[in-house]
Amino acid sequence: MFQILETRELADNIYLMVVEAKRVAKSCAPGQFVIVRMDQEGERIPLTICDYDRVSGSVTIVFQGVGAETKRMAAMKVGDAFHDFVGPLGCASELVSEDKETLKKKKILFVAGGVGTAPVYPQVKWLHENGVQADVIVGAKTKDMLILEEEMKKVAGNLYVTTDDGSYGRSGMVTQTIQDLVEKEGKQYDVCIAIGPMIMMKFVCRLTEQLHIPTVVSLNPIMVDGTGMCGACRVTVGGEVKFACVDGPEFDGHKVDFDQAMKRQQMYKTEEGRELLRFQEGSTHHGGCGNCGGDK
Amino acid sequence: MDALKKVPVREQEPAVRACNFEEVCLGYNKEEAMEEAKRCINCKNAQCIKGCPVAINIPAFIEQIKEGNIEEAYQIISQDSSLPAVCGRVCPQESQCEGKCIRGIKGEPISIGKLERFVADWAGENNIKPEGAKEKKNKKVAVIGSGPAGLTCAGDLAKMGYDVTIFEALHEAGGVLVYGIPEFRLPKEKVVQKEIDNVKSLGVKIETDVVVGKSVTIDELMEEEGFEAVFIGSGAGLPKFMGIPGEQANGVFSANEYLTRSNLMKAFREDSTTPIMRGKKVAVVGGGNVAMDAARTALRLGGEVHIVYRRSEEELPARVEEVHHAKEEGIIFDLLTNPVEILADENGWVNGIKCIRMELGEPDESGRRRPVAVSGSEFVIEADMVIMSLGTSPNPLISSTTEGLEVNKWKCIIADEEYGKTTKEGVYAGGDAVTGAATVILAMGAGKAGAKGIDTYLSGKQE
Repeated sequence: MFQILETRELADNIYLMVVEAKRVAKSCAPGQFVIVRMDQEGERIPLTICDYDRVSGSVTIVFQGVGAETKRMAAMKVGDAFHDFVGPLGCASELVSEDKETLKKKKILFVAGGVGTAPVYPQVKWLHENGVQADVIVGAKTKDMLILEEEMKKVAGNLYVTTDDGSYGRSGMVTQTIQDLVEKEGKQYDVCIAIGPMIMMKFVCRLTEQLHIPTVVSLNPIMVDGTGMCGACRVTVGGEVKFACVDGPEFDGHKVDFDQAMKRQQMYKTEEGRELLRFQEGSTHHGGCGNCGGDK
Repeated sequence: MDALKKVPVREQEPAVRACNFEEVCLGYNKEEAMEEAKRCINCKNAQCIKGCPVAINIPAFIEQIKEGNIEEAYQIISQDSSLPAVCGRVCPQESQCEGKCIRGIKGEPISIGKLERFVADWAGENNIKPEGAKEKKNKKVAVIGSGPAGLTCAGDLAKMGYDVTIFEALHEAGGVLVYGIPEFRLPKEKVVQKEIDNVKSLGVKIETDVVVGKSVTIDELMEEEGFEAVFIGSGAGLPKFMGIPGEQANGVFSANEYLTRSNLMKAFREDSTTPIMRGKKVAVVGGGNVAMDAARTALRLGGEVHIVYRRSEEELPARVEEVHHAKEEGIIFDLLTNPVEILADENGWVNGIKCIRMELGEPDESGRRRPVAVSGSEFVIEADMVIMSLGTSPNPLISSTTEGLEVNKWKCIIADEEYGKTTKEGVYAGGDAVTGAATVILAMGAGKAGAKGIDTYLSGKQE
């Protein structure tokens, strides 16, 4: 069992939890992820690592309550425990293994969208601790959905916040900010790391390709075991089939087949929707979804 | 009673079992087992033992069944096998113990598998545990993976008195016994969990949620956590795909994924939180035991299921019993048929497979006749779901993170057959991680060899 040490609601329906997980905390690196399972009956849910503390042996995760499982998870409190918390899975961010001196000379831009801000944070923090200042764009739908702004401010070189509705910071999509920075504000970048919703990553990649900025994305496809065994997470990168859990989750964004990846993400949408209805309606659920049978 | 024939074993009717996940074979009761045991002529030079990868003293345990001494029979089996209830169900006895049985020359061999199963189930029901070590050795051994190889190795080492910890990557112990083989062939609570509890009763500790190579490395286990030897039984690995167009379409799954969702995550149950696709017309590509398991699962989840296999029935790698059961239940076999493309609709969902007819040519390196495509014979099989069951390739998680552990050109860990010794000192390996995908019992044989190797190594180290 893995004890929850701290919980925080970062924004509406976005939750942060600090979990005691000694083995993961000892061996993880930025860019990797974990799979959690709240109880005996729970689903295996992959979540990126947002932060870790090797001394106290804890790992921080951030998630959004979107489906039945994550909504159930959101109700967990300090002192509760996850039945399973396995990792670190996937490969560490390439930045971690690069030569430090070369890295210091690089101009790095991070683009974070929504909950994707969470996995960007440990990378920026790691760079900061190693004397590299990276620029960070954080995008959110609206002011109330913005997360980790204060934390990010402490470790980022320049932090640019933008909201889709203009309620805070700059106005518009993250791609607008990238374009403004490069074309109007004279910024130059050697590499871009974009993490967020699949559709955001797709458009960021389309733009950075035009701007000739090599771009790395972190994919979060459907997966079961997270160790290479099931192949559910396969994505096409540069015409080759890769398993996000063992070959990724980071890939060359200009080579990822986003359209296919987005279709694959929809695979269980109907079933997940039914499960969510069953959860939300609880004992009043009487087969309203028309499919689960219910107790008619 | 006809001494040339096996006492028949009771099974669920095909039409009934095709709609449930209860066990297909119901097994012998005590009377039936004693009657079947009487057919054994107790050969002096017993061939059946030679056919068993873990060399169970088969005539000796059958002698005890004849007398009705089931507990004694159980203790004889458990000297050599940690998982008799599993083996009695999933071993290919026809090509092992029963294949060598003298009775089989004229008539049917003794039903050794069903007798083993009866003894193990009886012991489980009567709460009989295997005998543990008389003396503890103060030496720690790590076993990676809790499948058949790992459980066997751990069980044997514990019986020798070693302090054994198994590290399992998934949230539940059992490996392929839990995620791969379906409930209707191998009940999880009644059989697998009991066998694991028996191994635990010998003093073996199991730590789940540890991915060795990621959560901790073998070197760290040995240098920082005090393990003096390690056995790697990490299993088969990454599912293979055909590499044909359309394979990434929605509704195409590896057999591993499909079975893991159903077996490990219990998605076959209505109350499971893990989703699984219930295809209406399902094509399973491949002809091995895993393909049969996937097909029979899809059938039980309500689909019309086709096995698509490029060779003929004779070459099907699956056990005869599995093919027979699949046919009885209504699985349709599309033989000498090879997929060339997966077809999808505008939303990316599978709606068919384009196949080509095959014919058998000259024998290939495996000795089986090579399937050759008949040009111009392409046709489309309608399907809303496709399961690829083409075997696996080794998982690099351990080999890539362990200094000095060598792999062969197929990326399987190199280990000798007799002791499972690898190229790294103190590290032994066996099962699918070494051989590539094989059977439960071969993995158990390798687990046994590894335990013997580790015992020899650690005994030598002491002196």
